[in-house]
Amino acid sequence: MHTLLLLIIPVVFMVVVLFLKGKTAGYAALTSSILSLVVSIIVAIHLHFNGYFDEFNRTWISSFGINFHVGIDGISLILVLLTTFLTPFIIVTSLQKENENSSVFYALILLMQAGMLGAFTAMDSFLFYVSYEVALIPIYFICGLWGGENRIAVTLKFFIYTLAGSLFMLVSIIYLYLQTPGNHTFEISEFYKLNLSSTQQTWVFWGFFLAFAVKIPIFPFHSWQPSTYTTAPTAGTMLLAGIMLKMGLYGLIRFVLPIAPDAVAHWNTLTEILCVCGIIYGSVIAMRQNDLKTLIAFSSLAHVGLIAAGIFSMNVQGIQGAMIQMFNHGVNAVALFFLIDLLERRSGTRLMDKFGGIASVNKKIAVVFAIVMLGSVGLPLTNGFVGEFLLLMGVYQWNIYAALFAGLTIILGAVYMLRLYRNVFFGEVSDAGRSITPLSMMETIMSYKLVVLIIVLGIFPNLLLNLSAPAVTKLLNLIANHSNMTATL
Amino acid sequence: MNVVIALTITGILNLFGSIFSYRKITPLLSILGLATALVFNSMYWNTSQPFFNHMMVMDNYAVAFGAVCMVLAAVLIIFYNRFMGDEDHHLPEVLSIIVFSVAGAIVMVSYTNLLMLFLGVEILSISFYILAGLKRKDLGSNEAAMKYFLMGAFSTGFLLFGIALIYGATASFDLSAIAAFVKLNGATSNYLLLCGVLMILVGLLFKVAAAPFHFWTPDVYQGAPTIITAFFATVGKIASFGAFYRLFSLCFAPISTEWSGVIMVVSIITMFIGNITALQQKSLKRMLAYSSIAHAGYMLLALLSPAYMGASGILFYSIAYGISSMAAFIIIHIIQTQTGTDEAMGFTGLKQKNKTLAFITAISMLSLSGIPLTAGFFGKFYLFTSAIEGGYVLLVCLAVVNSFISIYYYFKPVIESYFKNSHTDTVIQLKNTEAILLVLLSIATIVLGILPGLIPSI
Repeated sequence: MHTLLLLIIPVVFMVVVLFLKGKTAGYAALTSSILSLVVSIIVAIHLHFNGYFDEFNRTWISSFGINFHVGIDGISLILVLLTTFLTPFIIVTSLQKENENSSVFYALILLMQAGMLGAFTAMDSFLFYVSYEVALIPIYFICGLWGGENRIAVTLKFFIYTLAGSLFMLVSIIYLYLQTPGNHTFEISEFYKLNLSSTQQTWVFWGFFLAFAVKIPIFPFHSWQPSTYTTAPTAGTMLLAGIMLKMGLYGLIRFVLPIAPDAVAHWNTLTEILCVCGIIYGSVIAMRQNDLKTLIAFSSLAHVGLIAAGIFSMNVQGIQGAMIQMFNHGVNAVALFFLIDLLERRSGTRLMDKFGGIASVNKKIAVVFAIVMLGSVGLPLTNGFVGEFLLLMGVYQWNIYAALFAGLTIILGAVYMLRLYRNVFFGEVSDAGRSITPLSMMETIMSYKLVVLIIVLGIFPNLLLNLSAPAVTKLLNLIANHSNMTATL
Repeated sequence: MNVVIALTITGILNLFGSIFSYRKITPLLSILGLATALVFNSMYWNTSQPFFNHMMVMDNYAVAFGAVCMVLAAVLIIFYNRFMGDEDHHLPEVLSIIVFSVAGAIVMVSYTNLLMLFLGVEILSISFYILAGLKRKDLGSNEAAMKYFLMGAFSTGFLLFGIALIYGATASFDLSAIAAFVKLNGATSNYLLLCGVLMILVGLLFKVAAAPFHFWTPDVYQGAPTIITAFFATVGKIASFGAFYRLFSLCFAPISTEWSGVIMVVSIITMFIGNITALQQKSLKRMLAYSSIAHAGYMLLALLSPAYMGASGILFYSIAYGISSMAAFIIIHIIQTQTGTDEAMGFTGLKQKNKTLAFITAISMLSLSGIPLTAGFFGKFYLFTSAIEGGYVLLVCLAVVNSFISIYYYFKPVIESYFKNSHTDTVIQLKNTEAILLVLLSIATIVLGILPGLIPSI
């Protein structure tokens, strides 16, 4: 029932917010997101200590065997927590700025939250597909209405790209549905029981892969991403980079690995190469960027490439690493975009060469940025380290050379992030650097929260790892059984 | 046969409207007549009652499709009266033609005899030829009527020829007799029968505007008054598909191997021609005309589906498409009359000029492009599922490719309405009744998208 509550809260508040005006709308949205956070923490406590699997199941469209079936297991939980943790941050960031039509803006954020939570908790593949798409519409309007220059072309490209991928997923889902015995069903757990031949698995695999590869994005399906991240308003970028792309990674774990394990085993040489290409490509391009937002967008491409590589390595380290890194990347990305937004609002620019010497003007922001940056680079004792370490270990077990190249992410990551930090915070104080006024009360609190989160998760990664461990083990057992079954056939 | 009788009486009463000078109330009269017919219609639900010596049967299929046509026609009459009522001196006659064409539509979806199919098609088409030329002093409208008439008459010839050939092969006009014959003998080397099927196929593909028989559509849709175009694109198309699917599922299903290849190819080229040509249109009316061609391509998928899914699938799709398309054409009519252009720039800054209208534009365009939580998505989902069940996975993949091609042009008015600012201060007026009806159409789109179970399986 808690899961249902998680989905209902944002939808109800969305309607309420539409009738409010200005800041009040923002505070109502904030209330909603904090309520969701509380509920998700309750679910986490239940699941972790009582092993209680929270679910809700009602018939939705009976003639098609579609159920409104939502539930939260360990894998969903990490992403639900990510969503509920980050949404308040995103709303607070937006509260700092005056947006025209703010009630619509906050309503769209809440609708998007509902869509993403729906995708992360769906136990029915039809519901998953619908939620996956529903999350796309609000972000389209957020980017289109409040985005920067050239937003119309950029957002349309983003929309068509993502929808094109996911429509192939729809074909895969329908195909699987028709393979289920008796009165067909869209239940994901029924999909797990199917015995698909390797040809069938291959087609299903590519259908899903297209959808998720666009969303994540995996090289070479990424071309929508940098421009969209750069053009979108900060809240939109945070939603996209922090949470939305995790829908793709989550989909890989939830659908692709257990349903088509043989196809993954057969094709993962190719997919791993694509992921590693993405890692290097993203990092190298990030090294040459001047616009801070674009830089982070390309670095994000590298980071998620590593996560996807870990998932495709199909072992416990890879997947556990992916789980924790999904959360950490979300936190780090949102933190970075938050700080960049903070700089942009003060100085009116996000170009690296305009900044300089902020460290001597505003020490607090320099320290916070340093910690966030180190988390993003993956320094030990920050949150980024554990995830990257596990991911690289997973990839290493699959293939040592892949791990060798994937490991470049740490070195290259340090190169572009330290370059960024040097240019923005050290050197001579520029005009833009001088304009960085002290942090407001709200901003200080937010920054400290993010810093605490980064350090705590770096020192105690088990907080997250334990939550997902049972579910991941179960998933891997399922895959192992599945492979044996097809092997004996 | 109360439905057809009620409609015919309504039509005739309308005709007398000008003579006995009650033309003011003819819109009301038409709506009442349609409502009465709708009530009679729904009384046949689950009865499968035959009429006229088994030449028609009011089974659930007929009742459902008939209801859709009548509801859409009623919506249309309300708008027609609002938009044209004051200036149109032939209001009663126009209304009676609309009502007569609905009677034709009813015959088209309930026939069990090929002669009735022909009659229905003719009643509908002849009304349409007249409606297309309503703006007598407008060159485009005249062109539309002329083109529609010549091409339509030509295609009806094919239909009739096909019927004759099938009669020659099977010695019957009756669908069940033909079905029995086909089932017993198959079609192997029965070239008379095969030619007949092919001829009928050509005739009907013309009526539903499938490529390569679609060339009349853009000109007719653009030339005819917009509100009438809405009628062609919704009621005309739905009734034609009702007739099409009924014939091929009832009669020719046993020899589907003979014609499914044709349908498949036609479906593919229809989708691609419709969507790709729509991309390049400046006039939104013409764009919607091409998009309606593309929709015919999707709807052809139903003919390739197993029987138990196809009928419900095509019904749901028709409803979804009918509602959204009707709303879209009406919006274009409103924009066109108030800004003087039917190009996308008429929509620029619509969110400032009229919030309701911008919202309805967004909903109907999202539904036409098949975005989830709108009826259009579930319609597509229904057809895709049934076509994959029929074994046409690759065809569905092509349909999917078309789905995202179509987003590009469906989003044009949405982008204009929401993401661009207008430089003029003109306000787009929307009367209350219009607003209520349009909002109702949008609500129906969303409700059917969330709870598609509301439409019963037939």
